[in-house]
Amino acid sequence: MEIVYALAVGILAGSGIWLLLRPRTFQVIMGLALLSYAVNLFIFSTGRLVLDKAPIIGNDGATLPSLYADPVPQALVLTAIVISFATTALFLVVLLALRGLSGTDHVDGQEQDG
Amino acid sequence: MNPLIRHAPLLPILVPLLAGTLLLLVPDARRALRVSLATTSTLIQMITAVGLLWLTSDAVPDIWSEGIGVYAIGNWPAPLGIVLVVDRLSALMLTLSATLSVAALVYSFARWDRVGVHYHALFQFLLMGLNGAFLTGDLFNLFVFFEVLLAASYGLLLHGSGAARVKSGLHYITVNLVASFAFLIGVATLYAVAGTLNMADLAARWPTLSASDRQLFEVGAAILGIAFLVKAGSWPLNFWLPTAYSSAGAPVAAMFSIMTKVGVYAILRVGSILGPADAPSPFGGPWLFYIAIATMLFGIAGMLASPHLGRLLAFSVILSTGTLLAAVGSGIVHMTAPALYYLLTSVLAAGAFFLVVGMTERVRTRVSELADEAPLPPVTYMAFRAGEPHPPDDEQEDGEVGIAIPAAMAVLGLCFICCVLLITGLPPLSGFIAKFALLTTALGPTAGGGGPSLDAWVLTALLLFSGLAGVTALTRVGIRLFWSRVARTTPRLRIMEVAPAMFLILLCTAMTVGAAPVMSFLQSTERMLGDPQLYIRSVLSSNGAVQSP
Repeated sequence: MEIVYALAVGILAGSGIWLLLRPRTFQVIMGLALLSYAVNLFIFSTGRLVLDKAPIIGNDGATLPSLYADPVPQALVLTAIVISFATTALFLVVLLALRGLSGTDHVDGQEQDG
Repeated sequence: MNPLIRHAPLLPILVPLLAGTLLLLVPDARRALRVSLATTSTLIQMITAVGLLWLTSDAVPDIWSEGIGVYAIGNWPAPLGIVLVVDRLSALMLTLSATLSVAALVYSFARWDRVGVHYHALFQFLLMGLNGAFLTGDLFNLFVFFEVLLAASYGLLLHGSGAARVKSGLHYITVNLVASFAFLIGVATLYAVAGTLNMADLAARWPTLSASDRQLFEVGAAILGIAFLVKAGSWPLNFWLPTAYSSAGAPVAAMFSIMTKVGVYAILRVGSILGPADAPSPFGGPWLFYIAIATMLFGIAGMLASPHLGRLLAFSVILSTGTLLAAVGSGIVHMTAPALYYLLTSVLAAGAFFLVVGMTERVRTRVSELADEAPLPPVTYMAFRAGEPHPPDDEQEDGEVGIAIPAAMAVLGLCFICCVLLITGLPPLSGFIAKFALLTTALGPTAGGGGPSLDAWVLTALLLFSGLAGVTALTRVGIRLFWSRVARTTPRLRIMEVAPAMFLILLCTAMTVGAAPVMSFLQSTERMLGDPQLYIRSVLSSNGAVQSP
């Protein structure tokens, strides 16, 4: 499971960075979105990958930590998702504004010659 | 002493949050209400910051023993809950940002708060992010406050709209989003290895890691360091900075001058906590010094190459960041106190200078500039679907916000000279004292008894050279601005605009006169930073510092 997970994160991050370096604003925002997925998955994996374990300790008196999943990364991921979602939305507004002002979707606001 | 005073560390976050939220609800037409709300909130923050500074000093040892105040949010004890920590460094930074914000806010009343929507709300959220970043004792919480301040700064950078701002804003947002991802990866790695996000707990745990874990820990710390360096604007991660800073409105740019220093603060804070223990520190080290030297060189080259005053100033911000990082990363003992003095001076001076530049913009001969700033569709209005406010009209404004002052050029020239003296570090103002203290410490006797190291000589040479380059570049711009024989319109200055700039310059003058007490406070700050065990002990032993009544 770890290998598949790591490959998924790596492919997402790699494609994200490649798109981020492209000259069109739409490619950049797609790259940012992919990169944020990669980062979120990475944060999630820092709590160790386990199956069928609850993150909340129940009332049954069993308090052995190895029976439970680590709740902190899950909380962190939630916060990170909200923040990256909001900033991506803001980026979208700026992207459209630049498109409207400059008439091109190049990140520098003008087409490169040649 | 009133027990409620123990809740004071929460105020710098709570007050701007409430004020900003309220400001969103107040309609644009009720300007008096908005202005008074924003002013009240900023003044409360300033009073709180000064109060916290007083509490952390040795004046009142009975409230917080050893000068470190720990506030457990929700009264959850330290490693589990999030804590706010006030020590001398954070109180100092709080005071600095509050002072700067008062000046920038008053300046913006004259014109800037009316060229776009929600200026005051964004300004308050920016302050909330700044204050939170200075106060928090939790790494992930630091990330959240960084995002709050960045989100507000995105809005403020775009404030006033125009093609140049939107273009530089796009680059600024992209670079900072990527830096935030690096921040998250770093924090997550540290959590995966050490199992905690509380800075004090992290510092207590990292020396006990096994060798393989330690490698991963250092990788995490390095990625975190990259994120901090992007925020600090150090070479080669700062190509976004000059364009962004020079295209922002004057009061916004003045506030931005402290934002790079948040990155420096984070490096200083995390670096001191993960500082020398049994094993070599994962943070700082020689690479920081070399990066800082490259940053200084980049700043100097940029200053000499910029024909435009705003851009030149943005490069001087880079130069000051480089100087600070070089002082911190040089490994010379007792370098932190002079570096902090330099930080205070350079932030205040850059803030004042950005305000002065905002006023001189109107002096420039109006040939090429206007073509650049032709009225463009105001995107922020379209985006927010808000009503367009009245365009700033000079005739109408004069009656509204204050009287135009006579001898405008003389006043501007005087402010300009003071700012140049401060930025370049020439006597008699505090810029000189800052550089003098840095040089004295760098060339002073070392712990081993030998002479100054090679690094110290490099730093000395660059410090002196940066002063020379600064004088050259600024004199050239100043001559063209004030003495050249071209048709120009004499600007109409308002007291509302001149007073904040003068206030900041006067503060620097006060820091010159009162250099001894300021310096002794900074030296005690340095002692505190040099002793991370004190911080760790204070945070981890504060099991619910606030007792319920």
